[in-house]
Amino acid sequence: MTDQTYVQLLDLACGAFLLTGVLVLWRRDLAAIVRLFAAQGAALAAIVIVLGVRQASTELVVAGLALGGLRAGLLPYLIRRALPERGGPDAEGRETRPVVNVASSLVAAAVLALVAYAVAQPLIRIAPSPAAHALPVALTVLLVGFFVLVTRRRALSQVVGFLLIDNAITATAFLTTNGVPLVVELGVSLDVLLAVLVLSVLTNRMRAAFGGTDLDELRELRD
Amino acid sequence: MDPQVLVLAPVGLPALAAAGYAAFGWRRATAWLGAAAAAGLLAAAIVLAVRTTGDAAGVAAAGGLLRADALSAFMLIVIGAVALAAMLASPSYLAAELAARRTGPRATRRYGVLTQAFIAAMALAVLAANLGVLWVAVEATTILTAFLVGFRRTREATEAAWKYVVICSVGIALALLGLVLAHYAALHANVPEDGALDWAVLARHAAGLDPGVMRIAVALLVLGFGTKAGLAPMHAWLPDAHSQAPAPVSALMSGVLLSVAFYAILRVKVIADGALGVGFTRTLLVVVALASLAVAAALLLAQRDYKRLLAYSSIEHMGIVALGAAVGTRLAMAAVLLHVLGHGLGKSALFLSSGYIHQAVGSSRVAAVRGLARRAPLVAGAFALGLLALLGMPPFSLFASEVGIVRAAFDGGLGWAVAAALALMLVIVAAVLGRARQMLLGPPADDGGEAAVRLPITAAVPIVAGLAACAVLGVAAGPLVTLLESAAELTGAVR
Repeated sequence: MTDQTYVQLLDLACGAFLLTGVLVLWRRDLAAIVRLFAAQGAALAAIVIVLGVRQASTELVVAGLALGGLRAGLLPYLIRRALPERGGPDAEGRETRPVVNVASSLVAAAVLALVAYAVAQPLIRIAPSPAAHALPVALTVLLVGFFVLVTRRRALSQVVGFLLIDNAITATAFLTTNGVPLVVELGVSLDVLLAVLVLSVLTNRMRAAFGGTDLDELRELRD
Repeated sequence: MDPQVLVLAPVGLPALAAAGYAAFGWRRATAWLGAAAAAGLLAAAIVLAVRTTGDAAGVAAAGGLLRADALSAFMLIVIGAVALAAMLASPSYLAAELAARRTGPRATRRYGVLTQAFIAAMALAVLAANLGVLWVAVEATTILTAFLVGFRRTREATEAAWKYVVICSVGIALALLGLVLAHYAALHANVPEDGALDWAVLARHAAGLDPGVMRIAVALLVLGFGTKAGLAPMHAWLPDAHSQAPAPVSALMSGVLLSVAFYAILRVKVIADGALGVGFTRTLLVVVALASLAVAAALLLAQRDYKRLLAYSSIEHMGIVALGAAVGTRLAMAAVLLHVLGHGLGKSALFLSSGYIHQAVGSSRVAAVRGLARRAPLVAGAFALGLLALLGMPPFSLFASEVGIVRAAFDGGLGWAVAAALALMLVIVAAVLGRARQMLLGPPADDGGEAAVRLPITAAVPIVAGLAACAVLGVAAGPLVTLLESAAELTGAVR
């Protein structure tokens, strides 16, 4: 792979990673949000595979494929299973009343991108490679994930927000150091998988106990 | 005994007990399995402590993935002691829940599996040589305790479990990002690849790590592990989770899980001090410590729920621990560790006795409990003594450790911070004593006031033993002194 194609492919994959993250703010339909999350998982896998091909490292390519399987396949499948069935009350499958509306959310995403660029400077300075230059993209997705987490009011949107943060951290790990050591990466993936399973069970319990998954209903406990 | 076995036992024994519960369920014959595993953990911890005292290198096992030094051994003792108390109290607690038809055999089996796996994960966290494995173990505790928090399946329990998993997973994700960045800085400083997340290796190479990257990494690590340690500003999950979980689980979560998360901060602090100088983490820790104390004081003042009162008291004590760690001198670190042990013993005794009060009264409101001293002198006495211990009254060990932290802070130039902390602690003393008076003294309530609070002997023993140990430690720490000193040494204590 020539230098130029490498940089182009890496930037393409990172661009897709960023775009899918920001579009999560744009859609209100939970099923569409899950599809965007799956697409982002595929983009993450592509980043890792491009890095692997560039470094002629079979391990990285395999890691990329495994990540793709987990984050574009298994995790979206698990979230989709926790979505309400079709024909249920329409409000259940949609983000009806986000705390910040869609237009303002997209503006906020632009501001978050600026913040991410500022924060990433010390990280780029110590090793200015094309991969390190893509770090602000990962940090932007991280901040967008936080934003989703605090402004969206459906239980499953919060799960997606958490997973955006997790995708962003994985992307950071691969862009900086080709990933954390294997035993840690396996542990992290297992923890994320189990966290999503636990959250989907709790979503179902919430639906049974509160009659919905609107997080504004969670106000039994307060001081 | 083979040191490898000693290091593996604290993780292996509870894991085996978890497998036992998975296979046979929670029944009369298996009910004491958890207590046996906890006792084994405590024994292994004590032997490890004897071996590692004064030996800075520690004992390695599992191909270098695990390592036990005096600090790990000390934390294992805290885990073992609190786990033993919680597991001794569990059979009678669950029997009462089963008798009241609030739970069934499937849920009790799950309780057995999850509590044991939870204890194993905590043991793994303090034994991990690799910060990544430590992270995985701490995150695993969140996942394993999620269904324990939601054990009662009520609206409140489901809400608490949801907030708990979301806030803690996100907080701990920040710590993962911090680890990724520390790994990046380490590889850049030519730390060998296989040791780039090992805390001992990182501490040795700390001076070469890039300060710009490490500043971000350390801030994220302190904030992330601080979330699990219940430190403000990421404490919001704690009062909900600790008040909704079954009493023995609350004892474990409040008594040790918070300290295990704080242990991660102590390991990070050694690396951070080497890379950035002591000022950076000190500032961070002073800020979170004072914020935690302020939050605890503000919310304890008008607290109407005695389980939440205990939970906010945990935030207070983690704040005190963080303040001591900010000081960072040898005296301060020894006092911090003693405080962790004293808080573990005292808080677990309190949560266990609050569980029996809750089962008898059927409510966790302070107003629902009146005249406890006359109705149930044993429970009331344990509850009162536990509160006095937590408020830092002599002879309990929390008095000694708080005095140690205060003295060290004045010597170490943090006098203003400790003065603010003492003012907040006075507010807390007044608030807690006021609630305690309402619950313990006065005439029993007219309606339903006759419900007897039954404290079974198997629960009374760990509660009384925990309080007694806490008092004895306050008078004479005995052989623990050398262990505390060598553990404090490992936290990179200055001077």
